[in-house]
Amino acid sequence: MAITERQASSPIPTPREITTQPRRSDQFFRSIVFLGGLSSLVILSAIALFLGIRGFEIITREGLKFITGYEWYSSINADGLSGDQPSVYGIGAMLIGTIITALIAVVIGVPIAVATALFLNFYAPNFLKGFLVSVVDLMAAFPSILFGLWGLNVLMPSAEYWAKLLHKYFSFVPLFEVSAPVFTRSPFVAGVVLAIMIIPIVTSVAREVFSQTPLDRIQAAYALGATKWSMIRAVVLPFGSSGVVGGAMLGLGRAMGETVAVFTVLNIVFQANFQILLGAGGNVASLIILKFGEASAEEIKALMAAGLILFILTLVVNMIADLIVNRSGRQGR
Amino acid sequence: MAEQVTPSSLAGIAGSQPRKSPGTIPLGTGLEARNVHAWFGKNHVLSDISLDFASGTVTALIGPSGCGKSTFIRTLNRMHEFIPTAAMAGEVLLDGKDVYAPGTDVTKIRLKIGMVFQKPNPFPSMSIGENVLAGLKLAQLKQSNKDDLLEECLVRAGLWNEVKDRLDAHGGSLSGGQQQRLCIARSLAVRPQVLLMDEPCSALDPGSTLRIEETIRELSETMTIVIVTHNMQQAARISDYTSFFLADGGPGVMVEVGPTSEIFSRPKDQRTENYVTGRFG
Repeated sequence: MAITERQASSPIPTPREITTQPRRSDQFFRSIVFLGGLSSLVILSAIALFLGIRGFEIITREGLKFITGYEWYSSINADGLSGDQPSVYGIGAMLIGTIITALIAVVIGVPIAVATALFLNFYAPNFLKGFLVSVVDLMAAFPSILFGLWGLNVLMPSAEYWAKLLHKYFSFVPLFEVSAPVFTRSPFVAGVVLAIMIIPIVTSVAREVFSQTPLDRIQAAYALGATKWSMIRAVVLPFGSSGVVGGAMLGLGRAMGETVAVFTVLNIVFQANFQILLGAGGNVASLIILKFGEASAEEIKALMAAGLILFILTLVVNMIADLIVNRSGRQGR
Repeated sequence: MAEQVTPSSLAGIAGSQPRKSPGTIPLGTGLEARNVHAWFGKNHVLSDISLDFASGTVTALIGPSGCGKSTFIRTLNRMHEFIPTAAMAGEVLLDGKDVYAPGTDVTKIRLKIGMVFQKPNPFPSMSIGENVLAGLKLAQLKQSNKDDLLEECLVRAGLWNEVKDRLDAHGGSLSGGQQQRLCIARSLAVRPQVLLMDEPCSALDPGSTLRIEETIRELSETMTIVIVTHNMQQAARISDYTSFFLADGGPGVMVEVGPTSEIFSRPKDQRTENYVTGRFG
């Protein structure tokens, strides 16, 4: 009885602070991984800061026209000779090109990647699976210049044919209109090359999430007489959808930042081109590589500014991806 | 177990239940296993099981963990083959036809032989109503009046009154016992002849267990039920026949099968008696 009496009389206590004293070895390890975790943040902010400082002058001078303008003209060339007109820097056409080529890549690449992931996880026999997985991984490590050269020399002729077909039968869609009959080196071809480049990363993300589908749900579907395909539709795809969206966004980010392959394939022209089959376009990264070699000090600053805009664009895409993944992630899980 | 289990108490439970004998309910010919063996890789886990499940009866499979009961019922609806390296021998006859015969559409077998798993596994992306009718979509069956079927299945699974006002809620919002009854309702929607239940109550509290046992008894009016259970009182309460499995170092074998009251009152085999009296397992 004494115990209950004491409980009854004591006032309600305030919650205690709960602490622990980690061992020295643990503290040491903790500081190492903390540095590792911090490093990517530090490097990223250093790059952003560098681009911001170097590009600040041009961005403030050009204002909003830097993003919306289509003209890129530097009056001072690398030798210091001055032209007669004032310099104009606008990356609008390149931004549009960046988004268009990246979207084409995602539209073409993601379905192929999802199909590949489903095949590897649910259909491929074991001996083939291991082999194909390493092929896909190898594709991810393949140098992008080789994709570019292959795209230019091998893919282009057939892509030109597909483009003509698309134009012939779907030209009522504004996207597939062509104002001049130039079908080579178009955003469409660049998009196809980019699609091939993003397939490995999207495939491996999709494969990873699909393989985590809970076995009990798969079995539940099969026990109800599901075919493999109806099981995948009812169980695997709802479960993996957010992961696929995340993988697609990773792919989009890579496609937007890709330089060499686009530079090799695309006919870089400073005009806003929404006709994806027409051989004119460009993206921000290819602009930088195109102009960097013979740029004057001023133009380099403008290129840095362009880099900053690309950086921000990538950041925004990733944030949107996070939002989508978090929102759709709870459903189906 | 909190309660003292003696053979006589289990026999009492078993004896107080009304029993059916095979063939009294005209539902077709039922399910038969003939000389079934099973392997995982080189590991022989199940040896020579022959067992008849007369239509309209409840058969309980009891035995210690690892004796092959679950493997056995998974051979009955061909869920066994999902495990890589799994192999089997023998025949499983449904209405006299071998379900493993070449050219058999396995999805049709699983429509006729439904299954309820140990852990409730509703589809979380679907509502309660969609979960019940999921089988129709999965198996691409046509159904003219889905609302009637939905209500019928939920009523038979004993869940209708609890969920009728929130059929659009997610399946995951239900309690564990309700989820398991939802899974039973889901199995019923494709109108199976046989329902296999793999320890359906082992993750549930006693109240939910009781509800499911009632459901099982009602279902057995119209279908054949095979249930794996570790709860011997449950076997005694709900089954017409009980089969005792045991793996003694080697592959699992069926030691004995008989009417439930006999298995619990006067088993023929000493090992069965030891198990049901709680001397091991």
